[in-house]
Amino acid sequence: MPSHYPKGDPIMNKAAAGTYLALQVPRQNHLKKIWKTVLKYRWLYIMMLPGLLYFIIFRYWPLWNAQIAFKDFKPLLGVEASPFVGFEHFIAFFKSFYFSQLIGNTLIFSLAKLILGMPVAIILAISIYESAFKRFARFVQTISYMPHFLSWVIMFGILLVLLSPGEGLINEIIKSLGGQPIPFLTSPEYFRGVVVISDIWKETGWSTIIYLAALIAIDPTLFEAAAVDGASRLQRIWNISLPGILPAIVVVTILRLGNILDAGFNQIFVLYSLPVYSVSDIIDTWVYRQGVLEFQFALATAVGLFKGVIGLVMILVANRMAKKLAGSAIY
Amino acid sequence: MENRLYRNRHWDDLLFQILVNGLLITILVMVIIPLWKVWTMSVTPLNYLDAKAFGLWINPIKWSFEAYKQLLGHPSFLQAATNSTIITLGGLTINMFLTVPLAYALSNPKFPGRRFFIIMVMIPFLFNAGLIPTYLVVQKLSLVDSFWAVMLPGGVNIYNLLVMKSFFEGLPEDFKEAARMDGANELEVLLKVVLPLSKPILLTVGLWYAVGHWNEFFNAILYLNNADLQPLPVLLRNILLAANMNEYVEYDAFSSASVQAIKSAGVFLTMLPMVIIYPFIQNYFTKGTLLGGVKQ
Repeated sequence: MPSHYPKGDPIMNKAAAGTYLALQVPRQNHLKKIWKTVLKYRWLYIMMLPGLLYFIIFRYWPLWNAQIAFKDFKPLLGVEASPFVGFEHFIAFFKSFYFSQLIGNTLIFSLAKLILGMPVAIILAISIYESAFKRFARFVQTISYMPHFLSWVIMFGILLVLLSPGEGLINEIIKSLGGQPIPFLTSPEYFRGVVVISDIWKETGWSTIIYLAALIAIDPTLFEAAAVDGASRLQRIWNISLPGILPAIVVVTILRLGNILDAGFNQIFVLYSLPVYSVSDIIDTWVYRQGVLEFQFALATAVGLFKGVIGLVMILVANRMAKKLAGSAIY
Repeated sequence: MENRLYRNRHWDDLLFQILVNGLLITILVMVIIPLWKVWTMSVTPLNYLDAKAFGLWINPIKWSFEAYKQLLGHPSFLQAATNSTIITLGGLTINMFLTVPLAYALSNPKFPGRRFFIIMVMIPFLFNAGLIPTYLVVQKLSLVDSFWAVMLPGGVNIYNLLVMKSFFEGLPEDFKEAARMDGANELEVLLKVVLPLSKPILLTVGLWYAVGHWNEFFNAILYLNNADLQPLPVLLRNILLAANMNEYVEYDAFSSASVQAIKSAGVFLTMLPMVIIYPFIQNYFTKGTLLGGVKQ
């Protein structure tokens, strides 16, 4: 007895009674019923068609192509016919001296941006929320969001104006103080700092959105009660505001950790140059150079796949933790 | 006793406001100074020696717009700006055409196969095949060196799709049901009932897409080798890196604009459309972002 038939269905009971014919009738009815609902929703399927076609071509076909990670890929033979080599490319990557450097740089950038950027965003959000001059606070909020929308090429131009050894603003100041100009963008000692600080400059304002939303959601009577009890402003922030935005902090941290291998490809791709490769090369930039510039398609795909698998595990774990710790998740 | 407590609180508040607003002023200055410096550098006349405060102050009477004249009068800059405009408008059209109907269909709670299609869009969201496998697809479709190569691969941003889907799910069911009763099919429901109610989400997602296309850089580097097809960010990068301006923009050695002024003017012009529309749209951005953000 097919289990998806509702119990007590009169047609079903007949089928259970036994004859071959009786079994056929409800099955046909069932298919007919499905067909009827599909027909009823036909417009939805037609509407989905362009989108699904896109998914098949530009999302699933690449997934199929990813098999070259396990093959000795020859463009002339094509993806399917290239000879299978197993985990050769993965092993070559794990053994190469790049491995630790790439993982190291990737983690350093991700963690530094998270650990240094988050407190700035929280402080800015609290300042905007607490300022008695609402219009001014809104204005600062609006202005601070803007750099989020500038591309990293524009950021590169801005950084040149600030940092170039010839006439950059910062170097002009250093020179006027009697120091030697510093080539920030091409010296390994400073490059990481430039990457992290420029990312904070660009994204801090935008990342206050989630903290501001959490602050606004706090019950204002809590602040009033604390004020009546004689709590100082700082005590109120410490005991009410921060616990109020703690779930947001937890979610942001966990999700950022879930994307820890995305260290900001566009940023580093635009800003880095040969002299600073050793301190700035991340997995994504390496994959680009190996794959597109050196034509090592299979090796680059293997490294990309390795990153994808780690990313998948991290995001699934992160989402589960976010659900557990803060009762919220992204999907 | 009570009086002292009150006075303490008063001072406490005042000090706190000074601290908080001082911080806001600091942040404001730190955001504005770099942008202002780009502007002053772009209008600094050649051989100008009177710049004060590290070039942050240029006498407005002396502002020189030579750099802007040179860029805007140059065919390759205009070509790049046109390319960027085509990519932005064409890409946006493709994005909306693919995203809106798919999001609407997936927001329907009960059509057969819904679960399958949701999983189908979630798998690529969670697992990315990476750069090279996608590159091979674009190559195989012979899209290299055409605008399609930068417009199609990002046709649906899955995050935007999910945001839009959850917006559609939140719309009241009665309106849609009433239209269906009147014999409207789902396409008509979408066009006549749902879209007019969805202005905020259409603007938000549309603008996210448009900003992404205007800033398009990496895909252009990857897929467009023909210099005539380069969008603005690629040209700007080349101008910024150029030791010799002649390569990208005809640079007259006797010109009345310095190389720095031309570079800064390039940055400013590329940024300009964003800066102009930003004040009008930032409210939508904020709302839309919260909408699609964390689901409680």
